Amino acid sequence: MVWDWIPRNTDLIVRLLGVHTVLALVPVVVGLVIAVPVGWLASRSTGLRSVLIPAASVLYTIPSLAVFIVLPAILGTQILDPLNVVVALTIYTVALLVRSVADALAAVPALVVAAATAMGYRPGKRFVSVELPLAVPVLVAGLRVAAVSNISLVSVGALIGVGGLGQLFTEGYQRDFPTEIITGIVLIVALALVVDGLLVLAGRVVTPWARVAA
Amino acid sequence: MNLLFSYLFDAANWSGPTGIPVRIAEHLFYSVLALALGAVVAVPLGALIGHTQKGGFLVVGIANGMRALPELGLLTLLVLLMGIDLLPVTIALAVLAVPPLLAGTYSGVRNVDRGAVDAARGMGMREWQILTKVELPNALPLVLGGLRAAALQVIATTAVAAYVSFGGLGRLLIDGLKSLDYSQMAAGAILVALLALAVEGLLALLQRAVVSPGLRGGGKRSPTAEITRTDSTEQIPETAGATP
Repeated sequence: MVWDWIPRNTDLIVRLLGVHTVLALVPVVVGLVIAVPVGWLASRSTGLRSVLIPAASVLYTIPSLAVFIVLPAILGTQILDPLNVVVALTIYTVALLVRSVADALAAVPALVVAAATAMGYRPGKRFVSVELPLAVPVLVAGLRVAAVSNISLVSVGALIGVGGLGQLFTEGYQRDFPTEIITGIVLIVALALVVDGLLVLAGRVVTPWARVAA
Repeated sequence: MNLLFSYLFDAANWSGPTGIPVRIAEHLFYSVLALALGAVVAVPLGALIGHTQKGGFLVVGIANGMRALPELGLLTLLVLLMGIDLLPVTIALAVLAVPPLLAGTYSGVRNVDRGAVDAARGMGMREWQILTKVELPNALPLVLGGLRAAALQVIATTAVAAYVSFGGLGRLLIDGLKSLDYSQMAAGAILVALLALAVEGLLALLQRAVVSPGLRGGGKRSPTAEITRTDSTEQIPETAGATP
């Protein structure tokens, strides 16, 4: 380790950390927004479920490097456009979360839904204020997996020039300079741990009833 | 569309020392090495923790921690430290295989019917015999489920090995990127995805062949789904895994 490389390059490291965080977390938010309605559809009908869930698994088998590279041809973007990485990671997030959402909604007790209906909830309002909140614990588990794997996957984008902290890997490799690579690995793992912890915390905050029961 | 498929359907790319069949063979070779190394580490560890019923938190911790490790960083670092050699590539890829195999073996062994284990103990089996003759055969569906998930992830990620001058289908991606040859990159992407799906299908067949008929039962339980369910409650990472 060449320790003094780190203070000399704080500006670069902080900037890459910021880019990395945005590239990894924007897809989590967008993916969640897409996955909730799709997962809801899958939880409503077994026919749709048997199409949507396997389709989501197949999306997962496509290597991220391949998606990063092929997307510009499909989207008409430049190969260096960060949008490619964001769209690719959004696809993975949706693939992962659709299953979580469908399982979580299917697990909401039918009695609770019936009680809410009897109290006069209309379906839309009932979904937002009864079914979705009860699905939060499973949803948070899915979000944690998606966020952590996105944070680690963004670095592969460095091979196409958009990788946040992954840039430290390609540069460090080309310059034969392990310090740079180790810095990147440590920061990525730390970022993953922090985001993971924040998601656990957020899950607790939005489900106060779980704490009362415990 | 023609632009995307022209490389794949050009006969010239299907022969010679850098032809597509050679790349597929290299890709499978690295993947199998990594899976074997991952299994040698993860299966005994998972079996031990599952058998003793102690240290389950270790499984969750190891699996979650390893998932956060960026593959590209690990690969470049190991190659810099150990030289351009098969060993660092194998180790870097094996890291991906460990979490699903560990989680699968652990939950498989842990969830074996306690009645069967107690009966085996009552019949005078030693702990080692209980593990190898009762627990592991019963855990096989989940162990193989873990192997399938690990294989999927390793095969998809082996593409990155091309960045540190190795072969495999990643060559098509990296070389195509350098020369901005879209059809070459598309061929690489399509072939990696097809290879992953084909191996996954073969392993599913293998699973049917080697799992004891007594375990198949009437249920349509998919072992991968089983592990995923464990995930949501115990936060063992999703075994299907992202594909760096």
